Amino acid sequence: MIEFRNVSLTYPNGHQGLKNVNVKINPGEFIVVVGLSGAGKSTFIRSINQLVKPTDGELIIDGKNTLKYKERELKEMRKNIGMIFQNYNLVNRMSVLRNVLTGRLGHTSTIRSLFGLFSQEDKELAMNSLSRVNISEKAYTRADQLSGGQQQRVSIARALTQQPKYILADEPVASLDPPTSHIVMKDLKRINREDGITTIINLHFIDMAMEYADRIIGMRAGEIVFDGPVSTVTEKTFEQIYGRPIKEDDLRGSDDE
Amino acid sequence: MSKANHPLHKPNNTKLKMQYALIGLIMFVLYYIALTMTDLTYRGSSLSPGTVFKRLFWDPFFNPDIQAKVPTYIGYMVETLAIAYAGTLIAAILAVPFGFLAARNTSRVHHVGKGILNGIRAFPEIMFAIIFVASVGMGPYAGVLAIGINSIGMLGKLYAEVIESIDMKVLEALKAGGANRLQTIWYGVIPQVIPEFSSYAIYRFEIDVRSSTILGIVGAGGIGAPLIIASMQRNWEAVGMMLIVIIVVVTIIDIFSAQIRKRIV
Amino acid sequence: MAKVPESKKTIATIPIVPIRAKIVMSNILFVVLAFYFLSAYVTQAYPNRFIQGLPIALEFVYKDLFPPNWGYTNKVLSSLVETWNIALLATTLAAIFALPLSFLASSNINKNAVLYQFIRFFLNIIRTIPELILAVVLIAFIGLGALAGVGALFIFSLGILAKLISETIEAIDPNPLEAIRATGGNVIQVIWYGVMPQLLPHYTSYSLYVLEINVRASVVLGFVGAGGIGLILKHQLALFNFANVSTIVLMTFFAVTIIDFISNRVRERLV
Repeated sequence: MIEFRNVSLTYPNGHQGLKNVNVKINPGEFIVVVGLSGAGKSTFIRSINQLVKPTDGELIIDGKNTLKYKERELKEMRKNIGMIFQNYNLVNRMSVLRNVLTGRLGHTSTIRSLFGLFSQEDKELAMNSLSRVNISEKAYTRADQLSGGQQQRVSIARALTQQPKYILADEPVASLDPPTSHIVMKDLKRINREDGITTIINLHFIDMAMEYADRIIGMRAGEIVFDGPVSTVTEKTFEQIYGRPIKEDDLRGSDDE
Repeated sequence: MSKANHPLHKPNNTKLKMQYALIGLIMFVLYYIALTMTDLTYRGSSLSPGTVFKRLFWDPFFNPDIQAKVPTYIGYMVETLAIAYAGTLIAAILAVPFGFLAARNTSRVHHVGKGILNGIRAFPEIMFAIIFVASVGMGPYAGVLAIGINSIGMLGKLYAEVIESIDMKVLEALKAGGANRLQTIWYGVIPQVIPEFSSYAIYRFEIDVRSSTILGIVGAGGIGAPLIIASMQRNWEAVGMMLIVIIVVVTIIDIFSAQIRKRIV
Repeated sequence: MAKVPESKKTIATIPIVPIRAKIVMSNILFVVLAFYFLSAYVTQAYPNRFIQGLPIALEFVYKDLFPPNWGYTNKVLSSLVETWNIALLATTLAAIFALPLSFLASSNINKNAVLYQFIRFFLNIIRTIPELILAVVLIAFIGLGALAGVGALFIFSLGILAKLISETIEAIDPNPLEAIRATGGNVIQVIWYGVMPQLLPHYTSYSLYVLEINVRASVVLGFVGAGGIGLILKHQLALFNFANVSTIVLMTFFAVTIIDFISNRVRERLV
């Protein structure tokens, strides 16, 4: 379970990324965070694994206040949190398999990892993750030879290989076309259902949020302005979150099926 | 054409004009000094250029004494290549930590790193050769040391530029997965930079082959010493043959090197 | 060799790198290392000796090169000025002559394939000859002195400069050239209105870069009697007068650093 208690974050330049955020995220939930760009969605997600560090409050993960963690504990915590990025962030010149294996680095001793000595179990895990996102035949292809959608699925496989309790996804479909976006979202949803991995995703497309989320958190100017199950959400809710009428750009468009 | 018909206002460019005037003045002074102070008298030579050219590049092919020496010359050239290769490879490895030290995105003291590398680069390689010959004695060993240290300057600088150009977001992904600092560098940075690093090292090898042909003149091994001695003795046929050996070998290496570099990056 | 238990053999191991790629990579590594050990053997510079050599050199620098003889400064300064002059004159000449050569060595300007290939070949050959050797040969033609130095560096830098410039010409935006050709412009007009405006900053920058190289190269030339700082360096070395050698080395270092610094600043503003 993840719990934000009065969490605030002020960037060194004085910009307030989060303002007194209070929220509880239950195990196994599939949460979509919506809001305009600059609303603090990314800061919210990155606070959880402390790629950015909140300046105030308590962030409780599995019963412990992670903001007090030192470097070593932070690494332990990050092992349990997989992350997916808008631009995939794969190492372009490495093979897909090796990229996926980097998900095991936290579990591998430095010496072994320097020589690339991943255990047989790790390799099987990596291959398994690849087949779960239907891309195992590309295992030995260089990452930069894949399409955007394929790269994003590799990055899901990388996160899966960590065997995480949580998956964070920061605008995972913003660089993809509509059909590919739906494939990626379906993969994430399926993994969430099958493995019970708590999943938190930033999206700015309203229709996609409605289609996949269990629960929606709305953010504006660093504050949570809406939090509720998807069944309670209407177009009106989004207009409140965005502070303006809904536009064509806010929709991704449907899966062509 | 009357001026009144010209509607365009010329922009006020007095400052620019002043700059040009200043540059012009500096260049005039520099060239004035260069042309008046340099002793450019033609002292002449007992031989006509035509004769020298013929003795350099034509006669060697018909001179059995010189032809008998070709294996010896090739031996010198092999030593030259060995100096360049050993020096470049060591420099290519030693330059890696310097590159990381001098790159803005991996080092807090990158100014220090850049300073060291610029310092090394500002010493002409002959100076390194002199210092090493004087301290460890004559021979190719001194040449390897000179080439090895001198090449760190350029390679370290190029490496740093490569490191500065990499995609740092990848590192964030590895960090988010729980990798430690060493692991992030090994899996995030190294795969991104290895092809460019190797390409630059091979390129530097081309330069070092040329350098090691001349280091012989201060006693640092290679074909330079016999070449200079032959030229001092006006033995143009021998000089010519050695030049031919150098040109052929350097050309072959350049071609190979260019092919390999094309395939790497 | 221990036998692998039957049970473990049945599990197919997953390679991180496919076997073929692995063989290729180990072959490359093997060749690189084999050449290295061969070179180390020929030069007697094994890695351990390389490491051992550095402290000896440092000790030499510390014991014999310090302190420099500052009384020698004036002599060094006048030699450095000569070195600089040689480099400046040679670079200037090379910059002037490299321009037409570069156009002849660019496939998008020179449509005559035979002439193009010939010029390329010629440039490649002169780039393989080390500057010192050029100096030696030129001294045979025109005697000892700065003139031979200027000539040697001129030929040396002509090769580099023409290559750099022609590569830039081949990479320039072809559209303006097309436009000028379309309006009936001849080759000279294409060059003057289409190429030069795009080329000028690069041309200046490369010329300055070659000037930096020439300043370093002209240090060596004196060793064979082609003028400049190398001449006095050779004399002082022959006399084992290391205090003077030290003055020469340090002052050359400062001169090169200053010239590089100014040249780099100008080049940064150009391109």
